Amino acid sequence: MSLVAVTRSEYTKQFSTVGWWVLAIVLVVYVAFTAGVLALVFGGVASGRLTGNGPTPQTEGLAGLVYSSASGVGYVFPLLVGTLMVTTEFRHKTLTPTFLATPRRGVVLGGKFFVGIVVGLLYGILGSAAAVAAGAGVLSIFGVDAELGSPDTWTLVGRMLLAFALWALVGIGVGTVVRNQVAAIVIVLAVTLFIEPIVRTLGGLVSGFSEVVKWFPSAASDALVGKTIFGAMSSGGSGSLDWWVGGLVLLAYAVVFLVIGLFTTWRRDID
Amino acid sequence: MPEGQVLELTGLTKRFGAVSAVDSLDARVEPGLVTGFLGPNGAGKTTSLRMLLGLVRPTSGTATIGGKRYADLASPLQTVGAALEASSFHPGRSAANHLKVYARAAKLPISRVDEVLGLVGLSDVAGRRVGGFSLGMRQRLGLATALLGDPGVLVLDEPTNGLDPEGIRWMRSLLRHLAEEGRTVLISSHLLAEVQQTVDALLIISHGRLVFQGGVEDLADPDEYATVVDAPDRAALSALLDERGIPYQLLRNGFTIRHLEPVEVGALAAGAGIALSNLQSKGASLEDIFLELVSGVRVHASAGGTTVPAATPTAGIPDAEAPAPVPTAAVPAESVPAAAVPAEPVPAAAVPAESVPVEPGPGAEPAPSTAMVTVAAPAPALRAEAPPAPTQPEAPRSSYSVASTGVIDVVPPAQTATAPPAHDGTATADAVPADTAPGERAPGNTSTDDGEVQR
Repeated sequence: MSLVAVTRSEYTKQFSTVGWWVLAIVLVVYVAFTAGVLALVFGGVASGRLTGNGPTPQTEGLAGLVYSSASGVGYVFPLLVGTLMVTTEFRHKTLTPTFLATPRRGVVLGGKFFVGIVVGLLYGILGSAAAVAAGAGVLSIFGVDAELGSPDTWTLVGRMLLAFALWALVGIGVGTVVRNQVAAIVIVLAVTLFIEPIVRTLGGLVSGFSEVVKWFPSAASDALVGKTIFGAMSSGGSGSLDWWVGGLVLLAYAVVFLVIGLFTTWRRDID
Repeated sequence: MPEGQVLELTGLTKRFGAVSAVDSLDARVEPGLVTGFLGPNGAGKTTSLRMLLGLVRPTSGTATIGGKRYADLASPLQTVGAALEASSFHPGRSAANHLKVYARAAKLPISRVDEVLGLVGLSDVAGRRVGGFSLGMRQRLGLATALLGDPGVLVLDEPTNGLDPEGIRWMRSLLRHLAEEGRTVLISSHLLAEVQQTVDALLIISHGRLVFQGGVEDLADPDEYATVVDAPDRAALSALLDERGIPYQLLRNGFTIRHLEPVEVGALAAGAGIALSNLQSKGASLEDIFLELVSGVRVHASAGGTTVPAATPTAGIPDAEAPAPVPTAAVPAESVPAAAVPAEPVPAAAVPAESVPVEPGPGAEPAPSTAMVTVAAPAPALRAEAPPAPTQPEAPRSSYSVASTGVIDVVPPAQTATAPPAHDGTATADAVPADTAPGERAPGNTSTDDGEVQR
């Protein structure tokens, strides 16, 4: 089966360069820092050791909120790694030998799809572990229950793994549509760091706007995960999708991008 | 042993907007031969190869490998090995991992990776990142990628780019070896001189159109010869030629007169009382023919599918008693060195000693043609010893000699007839490093590539 061979090839390709673990290290550090700081702030305020401005949050469910920062802020990493899986091939012209080995180009994209899931899950595991380790550690300092024994926590982690895998697929889709590596990275960072947060903040302020905003990929991702710092901090929590709808929306983004790419750039002449 | 396949291009056309990169190209590449795919930069070589390999979609026409399109091949890497550019690598991936990626995709055993790395001489750097590789090492790695599936067809785009002379020679012998095993070997280049020693057959394209298809030996027209003549008093000589209405070109080493035997030119000069310093016949230069073909000055019948029977540019033999054209068979195998060649039909015995190229390095600049002017011919003695060349026993590739027969012979000034056998010729041969096989062509199309002063 040629798809199996291609997937094995893509797997070797993905893990034979340093890119994946450099991004993984940044992901772990970033998520651990975020989760630690959130645990410090929320845990400190909830336990009364720090004085907050607003109403004191409940300690219940606080751990989940802290842990969800893994996907809340870390989703850009599987997105990036997925994008790079495709744009690197264009950038280093490795698409030539790739398509020589596998002239059926759709199969190549299929192989990337499966490896994208693997890398996404791996990043999910690393991100969740970092968030849980840092968050639980800081929370326990304040005497707040880390809820490590709670099934809710592990459901949350499971959904985050799913979100990470889906984000990697969205990344592959983006990379297939935007071949230029620099352009793709700029687009990914601009959308995830600026456009979406701003639009989602506005969505919380203007009535009716949230009906649109909830279909945005990061909103769908948050819906899938269930808890989100963003949702906790922005006032309007009205329009949020069901978790499984959120997952399907994210998958739909990935599939739409992949199909567009498959019928445009992926079919183009390789030179 | 994988079988070589016939590569066939039929009406292959690629247009980019209004520009035709490749224009109804019809060509056939046979197994068991090294075929050179030549054309100047931008002639459409790479685009044609990419269409053959399914990377570029033809606007019209087909390109098949053993009758199948590339995309329809059951196991592509085991059928066709291709190296298209020296930069298709992720710089951060090691050479071994690069090959492993494609071995996996083609379901080849991973042991093949070490095999091909050894084959191209990269075993020592297998674990090093490709980013630190020199161009020559990348070329080798590209070749290793092509050889990964032990394919019956090899398609290499400018394979000798960036290789050192030793590497080029290695590449040539490897390609020859692969072709002798019955594989199809297609290599592109924009330099005829670069592939001339390696290839058996040629496809030449220019502006996307085929301008020549056939053996290297078909390239030159047997009628194509010229006489090079020089005199200390050039003014008198040019006046004489002008007076007789003989067209000529003034080159660095003398006047080149087409379609006129040295004997006629010599008689003419003698009649006018002009002392000559040089009178010689030269065959057509393949490089010149190549350039004329690609520039459209010359049109070859093979562009329409026919080929010209094999022939060699014959030397006009200056000797009165020698019948004019040397039969083709006599010329092969001896690669005429840049140094002197006897004035007569080349005796077989004399040839091997002289056939050592002065410079084995490929891509070498043509040796300056002035060399031949200074050498006195050892002719008489040699001629006495050996009868006019019979058919050469070793003549595997007549094409090579054709290329080198820029100078067939040197006519010494009149007194050489009585001069003792000059040892210059042999001395030259001795002095030359003997490491090059006689089968190899002498570099350069002596005397023809010099800067031409058009008059």
